[in-house]
Amino acid sequence: MAETQIKNMNLNFGPQHPSAHGVLRLVLEMDGEVIERADPHIGLLHRGTEKLIEHKSYAQAVPYFDRLDYVAPQNQEHAFVLAVEKLLALEVPPRGQYIRVLYAEIGRSLNHIFTLCAFAMDIGAMTPMLWGFEDRERLMEFCERASGARMHMNYFRVGGVARDLPDGLIDDIAAWCETFPQMIDDMETLLTDNRIFKQRTVDIGIITPEQAMDWGFTGPNLRAAGVAWDLRKAQPYDAYDKVDFDVPIGKRGDCYDRYLVRIYELRESVKIMQQCLKQMPAGPAKSRDHKVTPPSRGDMKHSMESLIHHFKLFTEGFHVPAGETYTAVEAPKGEFGVYLVSDGSNMPYRCKIRAPGFAHLQALDFLSRGHMLADIVANIGSLDIVFGEIDR
Amino acid sequence: MSFIRHHIKTWLLEELVIGMALTLRYMFRRKLTINYPYEKGPLSPRFRGEHALRRYANGEERCIACKLCEAICPAQAITIEAEPRDDGSRRTTRYDIDMTKCIYCGYCEEACPVDAIVEGPNFEYATESREELLYDKGKLLANGERWEVEIAKRLVDDAEYR
Repeated sequence: MAETQIKNMNLNFGPQHPSAHGVLRLVLEMDGEVIERADPHIGLLHRGTEKLIEHKSYAQAVPYFDRLDYVAPQNQEHAFVLAVEKLLALEVPPRGQYIRVLYAEIGRSLNHIFTLCAFAMDIGAMTPMLWGFEDRERLMEFCERASGARMHMNYFRVGGVARDLPDGLIDDIAAWCETFPQMIDDMETLLTDNRIFKQRTVDIGIITPEQAMDWGFTGPNLRAAGVAWDLRKAQPYDAYDKVDFDVPIGKRGDCYDRYLVRIYELRESVKIMQQCLKQMPAGPAKSRDHKVTPPSRGDMKHSMESLIHHFKLFTEGFHVPAGETYTAVEAPKGEFGVYLVSDGSNMPYRCKIRAPGFAHLQALDFLSRGHMLADIVANIGSLDIVFGEIDR
Repeated sequence: MSFIRHHIKTWLLEELVIGMALTLRYMFRRKLTINYPYEKGPLSPRFRGEHALRRYANGEERCIACKLCEAICPAQAITIEAEPRDDGSRRTTRYDIDMTKCIYCGYCEEACPVDAIVEGPNFEYATESREELLYDKGKLLANGERWEVEIAKRLVDDAEYR
């Protein structure tokens, strides 16, 4: 029989595909069932956040950070307020630091619960999603009680947090920390040894430590490849140097390791939260420097000076000395950095956002090459991609 | 030995059976789903829901048209116009909130020096048309009257933290 040339098929995956995690459009070049090339197209959720922030005062910019990675909004806010505090050389009271670490870890738990459950559901396990969302709901209630919003908290402020934790919340979070490890165990019973889950994840999308570093991997994806790199340890911010936790790392860098690393990080998160609750000192939750943080309402209504501060802060905002900083936090997805340039006015001159998901998504091509079509779903799920932060 | 154990586990579907047993146990646990709209989850005094404009107990509008909320609003959803009234006091002639623009950040409530604009406990205000979400002063004041009891209680509950 004569040799015939067969043209590879181009397949459009997403943006409406439920496993595409939002609005990912993948153009796949397929040789039968095998992927030859995966070309992610981004930009369907672009909102121009960076440009928008150039026209907002520093306080007004905070809620826009919630809307980047909407699965763990707190951690984005954290990066921005730390960057502004660095430029201002502003000291945050210890209680404020602990509350921020507590909520950053709640954000990490929110994110990892969601990722793991969505990952499991993408490759066919429905039950973890149904169980995990119960604990996610509890965590969102904690967010709501502290800030007033379940997701877009707008709770971290330059100089601390918006309001102190209400009465009883600390006890409730402590009680949750007691029961949550049981839920992780249950989820592991369903997934960790499950042969179907393992067949779909083990040796799928392997990334070596060198490749991971070349492609700018950070966070759990980098640690799954075997590199012990965690910004919370490498350059501790807020109260992270006062809590004790381990950094889990993987060995093979496949989808299964990325799953395992996140499971361990969940347990470490609970440990950090418990230590925060135990060590949390009394005192103010935000800086008393009323050139930056608004005074309390009681003061504002009785003292003329406070009223002037209040009016100044809510109209003009505060001025940040000219300078630039790159401040990064260990967000649940990886290194979330804010490169902030100030020209001395009340609005950022430039605010570049370094989203971890962006670097992870570009690796999808070489991770998926040679794998089957079904494996790309496992790869996307294990890379933990959220389009709010990638498209910005 | 471990080879034999491995095969026994494999052929008896050990981890699958354990997993199924666990899901079966979960079936008999207490149900956590709530029968919304008849049952609702808890809301804290800090919840940021639908906006309302409040009045003083004597019926006077609280809002003094200082425009702090308009200035701080990151989404620029608030539009205020003001004029002195016949009795010489300054009040708004127009107070519009575009609820489709609002991002519910809560800054307007924080900014208001007289506790006039608040984000109340109501989150069930879905409408059939977009126009209905462009709130004017009348609608906001009506909200204030409707929710005043809850709003006042929330403000008292949270007063020490604000």
